[in-house]
Amino acid sequence: MTKPVLEVTGLYKSYGALQVTRNVSLDLKPNEIHALIGPNGAGKSTLIGQIAGWITPDEGAVFLNGEDVTHESVASRSRKGLGRSFQVSSLAMEISARRNVMLSVQASQGSSFRFWKQTKSDAGLRDTAGSWLQKVGLGGREDIAVSELSHGERRQVEVACALALRPKALLLDEPMAGLGPAGSAQLTDFLEEIRREIPILLIEHDMDAVFRLADRITVLVSGEAILSGSVDDVRSSALVREAYLGEEA
Amino acid sequence: MQRTDAVPQPATLPGLNRETIVNGMVVAALLALPLWAFSVGEDYYVNLASLITIFAIAGVGLNFAIGQGGMVSFGHAAFFGIGGYTTGVAAFHSFEETLFIAAPLAVSGTNQMLLIWVVAMALCGIAALAIGAISLRTEGVYFIMITLAFAQMIYYFAISWPAYGGEDGLSIYLRNQLPVMNADHPFTFFSVCFVLLLGVIFISAHLSGSRFGAALGAARMNETRLATSGINPFPVKLTGFVISAMITGLAGALFAELNGFVGPSMLSWHRSGEIMVFVILGGVGRLYGPVVGAALFVLLETYIGEWTEHWQLLLGFALLGVVLFARGGVVGLIAGKPRHD
Amino acid sequence: MTAALIFEQILNGLQSGLALFLMAAGLTLVFGVMGLINLAHGSLYMVGAFCCAWVTQQTGSFWLGLGGGVSGAAAAGALIEMLVIRRLYDRDHLDQVLATFALILIFSEGTRMVFGSMPLYLNIPAALSGSLTLPGVEAYPVYRLFILGAALAVAVLLYILIAKTRLGMRIRAGESDREMIAALGVDIKTLYTIVFALGAAIAGLSGALVGALRSVQVGMGEPVLILAFVTIVIGGIGSIKGALIGSVLIGLVDTLGRIFLPVILKFFMENASANSVGAALSSMLIYLLMAGILAVKPKGLFNAAN
Repeated sequence: MTKPVLEVTGLYKSYGALQVTRNVSLDLKPNEIHALIGPNGAGKSTLIGQIAGWITPDEGAVFLNGEDVTHESVASRSRKGLGRSFQVSSLAMEISARRNVMLSVQASQGSSFRFWKQTKSDAGLRDTAGSWLQKVGLGGREDIAVSELSHGERRQVEVACALALRPKALLLDEPMAGLGPAGSAQLTDFLEEIRREIPILLIEHDMDAVFRLADRITVLVSGEAILSGSVDDVRSSALVREAYLGEEA
Repeated sequence: MQRTDAVPQPATLPGLNRETIVNGMVVAALLALPLWAFSVGEDYYVNLASLITIFAIAGVGLNFAIGQGGMVSFGHAAFFGIGGYTTGVAAFHSFEETLFIAAPLAVSGTNQMLLIWVVAMALCGIAALAIGAISLRTEGVYFIMITLAFAQMIYYFAISWPAYGGEDGLSIYLRNQLPVMNADHPFTFFSVCFVLLLGVIFISAHLSGSRFGAALGAARMNETRLATSGINPFPVKLTGFVISAMITGLAGALFAELNGFVGPSMLSWHRSGEIMVFVILGGVGRLYGPVVGAALFVLLETYIGEWTEHWQLLLGFALLGVVLFARGGVVGLIAGKPRHD
Repeated sequence: MTAALIFEQILNGLQSGLALFLMAAGLTLVFGVMGLINLAHGSLYMVGAFCCAWVTQQTGSFWLGLGGGVSGAAAAGALIEMLVIRRLYDRDHLDQVLATFALILIFSEGTRMVFGSMPLYLNIPAALSGSLTLPGVEAYPVYRLFILGAALAVAVLLYILIAKTRLGMRIRAGESDREMIAALGVDIKTLYTIVFALGAAIAGLSGALVGALRSVQVGMGEPVLILAFVTIVIGGIGSIKGALIGSVLIGLVDTLGRIFLPVILKFFMENASANSVGAALSSMLIYLLMAGILAVKPKGLFNAAN
């Protein structure tokens, strides 16, 4: 059995009397796409927050490449190889796409406490950022301010930022949201391509994309992982249907 | 603190844009006034230009925190005052020929400006490290109020500590000295301040363009982005805050030299507000904004103050007008929106 | 150092703390509902004191003066809300700080133009000018007890207003969700003006009450304003309960620190330096308290958002 890149064991989190994460364990193995689905209010965001480091769990642990990172900061987890994209864009809007990616590049190259050399004449930094943008399909758009880019393009910039950290694992939070069919299809192809290098924990509402991409699916309901299995397992599960239909009813 | 109206222009940068021209003219004017005054022997105007220059340095310091780092410090008078008191206390012990610290190691006063500047900036850096370490755990309106409160704490300390004048302040009977030059001479002193101003503007611009500056700017625009990029925002912001405080502290040391006096008013919260006004009048994040802001402030105070003692009423209305209707400050009005590469 | 002295100082601390609460309540209310940081709150305190002094001079009645102070401050508050403040709700905190700083300059100079730079003095009405014998304290000024009682009454009224009335319900809804309250069909502009004027009225009351104890002059609101900031930062911005507890804490720590710190220091050093170190240290005490609390709880004791 291959060693998981990312492993979460026995996470618990409560806010007051409300238990939002109940004994969740999951892992992400090399080369796989592991999808996390669940109805609204299932506690997906809180779970992601705990994996990425914004929220400290009450109990349980998060391992990255076998190392316990439960008490490490967001920045430290990013440096150790956890790349992520956000449901709502987290880019710096007023600067160019390249500038956004350059931040990741400079972090992956080491210290940001360099005070003298000007970044605008740092060809290595600029070109590396540019090549990541090209890789996600934004060649030619590098120097446009993020605020002028379309919604889909911003998603691509975010993925480029994540990739520039040369992550060991990717955490993508609803990357398809608001993309439209063409954009969705394009991104799906792209994810197929990068999964060979980087395993992905995918949180997604678009079920077509999930069923196409995912090797495994974990279903989260009311803070609990009620099922973890293959696409077929999930398709045929009565529990899952109930959880989703129950939500719609 | 995100200013969404700061939309960058398409990246077609001509060699000389309007802001650069405005900046050049401002610097030329700031140099021309004392040159003229010096040539006709009007020391008053030379000193006025020195005052503008010193306030501008204080503003450049604060502008680094607000404009680059998004840290709205309402307590920069603390650093201005610490710089001033360093000058005052050093001169006091030098004049009285007493020791500042008797035991365990003898530290005497000094009348050497260069040494005083280094000590003043070091002390401001240490104070900013302590204040920043607590204040930067918070954000938004908490940060504003906490920096204000810490400055107020130092203000009350200065008032109730009798050894250095307490409420009455401390006179500096002899201006401290510089090597080679005669710092007593108004134009020489102005020139020193002017060179220092250009120096801190250069340093501030250079830092903003560095990797550190990129990280600090990201902390202003979107802290989530910075952390996700693998850069911990806290030490970046703290370093930016310390640098900002040191620059403002240098201005305080110069201010004490110019006035021959330090008092608690240098530490008062009105002073913090004024330094902020320099930054805003000129335009937040504009490299030369504080120079324009400080010049407007001092000229308004001097000329309207001659005409009516209620000049602060007009300052109030002017400030209100700028905040409500001219959000890029005066430089923004003249030069248009800022550019990014 | 007797138990009686300690008791008296605790009363003094409570009184100054509750007077501070009147300032902090309006500040925290306005922040909680509208998200606005208002530096000009100290100016409204000053307006209240000046209106009170002026009306008292004209009519000879302190009670009419008190009414004049409260309504003058409320009117000034409503006026600046409609002219300036409402343009600031959507702005960032930096703009709010500067615009309200500008308002301070305008209020201070305006008041100086009308009343001059000399302080005015308000006489405490005869009915409140005596002193009472309390257990262990021979003569405690009635007026201080009156301030204490008035502030407590305002605290209770505010609680009832916010917890039990329709207006209070709207205020609470406005705190949690501005869009929802607009959807409910509440006229949000008027609501904001009312909330702002309410905060101003309480600040004016505070200024009028304290003005009679000290003197009425330009700039009197600024030290109180900063103390009120410290209070609501400690208590958690937006929380009235936090403001109450924070202000009492500050009143007690400040008053007791000034009296007892030099005394305590005398055990460790000689008299003269104990006095000067004690004075310097006690003037910093509340800020150290604030730093200590924030180091542990960066959002204050009772943060409304939690």
